[in-house]
Amino acid sequence: MLSARTVLSRAGLISNASRLNSTLVVAEHDETKLAPITLNAITAASKLGNEVSVLVTGANATKVAEQVAKVNGVKRVLVAQDEKLKNNLPERVAPVILASQKQFNFTAITAGSSAFGRGVIPRVAAKLDVSSISDVTEVHSADSFTRTLYAGNAVKKVKSTAPIKLLTFRGTSFEPAKEGGSGAVENAPSADIKTDLSEFLGQELSKSERPDLATAKVVVSGGRGLKSGDNFKLIYDLADKLGAGVGASRAAVDAGYVPNDMQVGQTGKIVAPELYIAIGISGAIQHLAGMKDSKVIVAINKDPDAPIFQVADIGLKADLFKAVPELTAALP
Amino acid sequence: MKILVGVKRVVDYAVKIRVKPDRSGVVTEGVQHSMNPFDEIALEEAVKLKEKKLATEVVAFSLGGPKSAEVLRTALAKGADKAVHVQVTDAEAGKLESFHVAKALQKIVEQEKFDAVFLGKQAIDDDSSQTAPILAGLLEWPQALYASKVEDAGAGHMKVTREIDGGLDTIKVKVPFVLSADLRLNEPRYATLPNIMKAKKKPLKNIPIKDLNVDITPQTETLEVTEPPVRQAGGFVDDVSALVAKLKEKGFVKA
Repeated sequence: MLSARTVLSRAGLISNASRLNSTLVVAEHDETKLAPITLNAITAASKLGNEVSVLVTGANATKVAEQVAKVNGVKRVLVAQDEKLKNNLPERVAPVILASQKQFNFTAITAGSSAFGRGVIPRVAAKLDVSSISDVTEVHSADSFTRTLYAGNAVKKVKSTAPIKLLTFRGTSFEPAKEGGSGAVENAPSADIKTDLSEFLGQELSKSERPDLATAKVVVSGGRGLKSGDNFKLIYDLADKLGAGVGASRAAVDAGYVPNDMQVGQTGKIVAPELYIAIGISGAIQHLAGMKDSKVIVAINKDPDAPIFQVADIGLKADLFKAVPELTAALP
Repeated sequence: MKILVGVKRVVDYAVKIRVKPDRSGVVTEGVQHSMNPFDEIALEEAVKLKEKKLATEVVAFSLGGPKSAEVLRTALAKGADKAVHVQVTDAEAGKLESFHVAKALQKIVEQEKFDAVFLGKQAIDDDSSQTAPILAGLLEWPQALYASKVEDAGAGHMKVTREIDGGLDTIKVKVPFVLSADLRLNEPRYATLPNIMKAKKKPLKNIPIKDLNVDITPQTETLEVTEPPVRQAGGFVDDVSALVAKLKEKGFVKA
């Protein structure tokens, strides 16, 4: 099923390929709205110095594509709307990216470094026979980047010699792109999407009225010191006063106080809010990896030797069960 | 189901690493190493599937310098049946990318016909989190990343619950498949002394990388490795009201 537009762009393939120096960003969304990390990825992608195109795949891709077209810096939006692409399984999205690559010859293919982006970008890299680079925190030029190693305890600057750059970007390291663009929306080239490899059965998302942890301006996190899931109410009450997202240390997650997706750290989420309040968290290397780029860090802990105090701008040595309710009450 | 499990020898998670003064990398000489924690979890899951009779054989794989044999012996002691060490020199090992590891795994899978490859979701040294999806792409197998639960779904399929950004999702994948293990998939067992002794008699095959015909030419050149900016501790406040005053001063709380 070839639309007139597809035929035209195919006929113009050669000139397109040599003329365009374009970076593709693979959009992430929940079938109704664009995931915020895609806006960070668009900012990072525009630093590569090329035109930015965005690919939106999914069962309701057209609707999301309209949002993407309005983002500043987006020149072109490719849409692949297909029931088979519902929930964007990597096995099904990868062929669409590859078909787009064949047609447009992008110089870079990128996405935000989320569970989605980290699943799909390396899979595409394999098919293109290039080495991908994950969780980039800084773009220096079209081929040199910075990323972190060892839970953020070392910073590595690399130069990629791969003919196509396959990258994922750390969301918190780049400002979100703002509105104000007017990208052209067109259909992505058709791809052979096999459906027998994997199937989406369902999801269980943690519901919360609070701001999304990864993008919240203020984050309040609790650790083992809370002693139980019920006591986490202290954290929620304080967070609500501050309009904050709520995070947790691995110890709090493992002890079952809160769900896994609230974990901040090397193996959980990486956050960099304006204000991070760590309560009852000792500050293991793995936790610090997820929050030490926060602008201001406050720590409340009864152990004055807790490593968290070595990175905190403001430390309060106190029993959290006394100090946190006091703090919550003192806030307007 | 024959399962291949990738294990990597990394600097132990509890070690505070140091960057080399010449900015070429991180000091690894004379530093405690152990099996990457996520790989221990991947291995445990494979061994558990064997105990449940869902897997027939568990083979541990490592690509690395001579000392990678140590983590393979650990894997054997924890229940792997056999081990494969794809050998490179220490100098080459320092430059390996996820892409090369995936290519070596692909060759072993193709030679010995595995039904699944279990890997950790990331190695805690390079924090790349890429080998599993690259391998799945190379083999054109489905990928089940960040697994927190693995169940038999019958008719040659597995059901896998995954940890994603907003919570959990559940997918069904067709065997053969690639899995990456998240922290909460299981609690890895300790190797007991008798099992460590027995592991010494289990087969460990050495394969020089050149025998696999895998090109390990780097595509990523390290320009420099540096220390992250050091945060200065800001000191203590005496009580909650002093804390509130500081927050007001910084503009987080309306005065």
